Amino acid sequence: MKIASKSIQVSKILTYLFLVIASAFFLLPIFLLLNTSLKSYENVALASMWDLPRDLGLDSFAQAWQGSPSGAFRGLRENFLNSLYLAIPAAMLSAFIGSINGYIFSKWKFKGSNVVFALLLFGMFIPYQSVLIPLVQSLQLLSRITSPIISSINNLNFPGFLSGIPAFIAQFVPSYGTIGGLILVHVIYGIPIATLVFKNYYTEIPTDLVEAGMMDGAGILGIYLHILFPISVPGFVVVLIWQFTSIWNDFLFGVIVTPNPRVQPVTVALNNLAGSYIVEWNVQMAGSLIAAVPTMLIFIFLSRYFLRGLMAGSLKG
Amino acid sequence: MRHSKRERAIAILLISPTLVAMIIFIYGFIGFTGYSSLSNWRTLKPDFTFVGFSNYLTLFRNQRFVIDMRNTFTFTTLFLLSSILLGFFLAVLLDQKIKGESIFRNIFLFPMALSYIVTGVVWRWLLSPGTQITGPVGVNMLFDMVGLGFLKSGWFTDPSIGIRAVVIAATWQTTGYIMALYLAGMRAIPVELREAARVDGASELQIYLRIIIPLLSPITLSAVIILGHISLKIFDLVVSMTGPGTGFSTDVPALFMFDTTFRGNRFAQGASIAMVLLVLVAVLVVPYLIMSNKKEVER
Repeated sequence: MKIASKSIQVSKILTYLFLVIASAFFLLPIFLLLNTSLKSYENVALASMWDLPRDLGLDSFAQAWQGSPSGAFRGLRENFLNSLYLAIPAAMLSAFIGSINGYIFSKWKFKGSNVVFALLLFGMFIPYQSVLIPLVQSLQLLSRITSPIISSINNLNFPGFLSGIPAFIAQFVPSYGTIGGLILVHVIYGIPIATLVFKNYYTEIPTDLVEAGMMDGAGILGIYLHILFPISVPGFVVVLIWQFTSIWNDFLFGVIVTPNPRVQPVTVALNNLAGSYIVEWNVQMAGSLIAAVPTMLIFIFLSRYFLRGLMAGSLKG
Repeated sequence: MRHSKRERAIAILLISPTLVAMIIFIYGFIGFTGYSSLSNWRTLKPDFTFVGFSNYLTLFRNQRFVIDMRNTFTFTTLFLLSSILLGFFLAVLLDQKIKGESIFRNIFLFPMALSYIVTGVVWRWLLSPGTQITGPVGVNMLFDMVGLGFLKSGWFTDPSIGIRAVVIAATWQTTGYIMALYLAGMRAIPVELREAARVDGASELQIYLRIIIPLLSPITLSAVIILGHISLKIFDLVVSMTGPGTGFSTDVPALFMFDTTFRGNRFAQGASIAMVLLVLVAVLVVPYLIMSNKKEVER
């Protein structure tokens, strides 16, 4: 018995040892990000990259956010806001559509609905390269219709501090090169995953509940609005978080749909910032941290829902 | 459940925007790309003259494409192996009723919340070998500091390593996901099963090899599908971390497609690369989708 308990102790120690080593591997990049971004400008030499900061300074953040004082490179401020304007409405729209779809695919199955659902799911896996060419062409066609709308909105004159409103609204009009165009793209290609999560969520809810609603004379919409929607909050949280995170983190659609640097989402701008030889590495690090903050906060405060989204994405249901 | 005709009609009506979107934006667009790949479209101005498979023949003879396919194969193999093995190992460790489980779990999982661009930028600096002027930087410098200098390497700047260096960053990002999948699977296995095996005199190692790993095989399959389709499509991480690299040593088909189509305006050629990517992903995913659809019908 004594030997056994000793070997158990040894294996416990080994377990913790491995966990700590693994943690070091996973935390190393974050340590470098924080360590570098928080140093003052005098202390950021590459040769001392692993030394702890001797004095704190937010210069790197300031440059990554506002751009260089000389105007040699742009900061991420505008692009950070672009990503917010993009990810929040797009996540909400695709959650809404996904919820309706999930309701139909789980509680109102029609002939062939399983096949249709599988066909839809395939859209989640396709390499988006296989749709990019017609996507750009279609958005450019769409621009022919929507650009007159955009310019007429831009021509509106609002007095004083309201003068920014038309331009703010105009950016949401779907078109090639606008945030509205990107929202459209993300909503469309977000439908499969959002539908999958809601379908699994509603499948768990007993069909008796739906039948009871029908007994009471409620129709398909009434059952959704009064029975399913009120208990869908966790499903919505999962989808909103998942969609917000993946839209925020997207690069491919951003780089294809928005060529104008002032319209691009933060990931595209960060890639430009980091690819530029005139931008110091500490500014690149601070920029990475800025681009990472929203999804990190979501992870820290809502990790339970984040995890559920990941599990749903694993397609077991 | 019996549905009235009217309700059925409303159900179809509610789903129809999605169906239309799916038909146009997924299958219609794929069809468009497929047709473009058989056309003569090589400038900004579309030219849909049918040229058969000549774009594919040019592609398969293109040196960059051959290197890309080899890189994809290397990347996929190593990435699957490292992510699944490390993810499983971490799940086993966390399954030992340890203190601070949720802290460790979150440390392993948080990279999943980050953009590949962020990951790429940070790992580019971590795996930069440094220059003659700066001396070793990043991980190399760390190795020097802890006396492991022999591990120093040129990483992605060394063409003989190339894409393998990107595997490190990709593994860093996705291992937590795989760990979480396995851990959830292990927690779902009834404790009685393990205890019965222990009573029968099985060692802990045997329990894992004979009971747990076989029971977790559906999860391993999901992991292969998920990681496989990520790695076939990998783009962002390579763009931000290395670019095509010396002699295309870190190049991938998705990047080649982007360069060809949107920088070189050789649309037909770009479309053919996209179609090859699509076929690779379809070979991996479609059997899986058909399988889960069958299960769904049986339920």
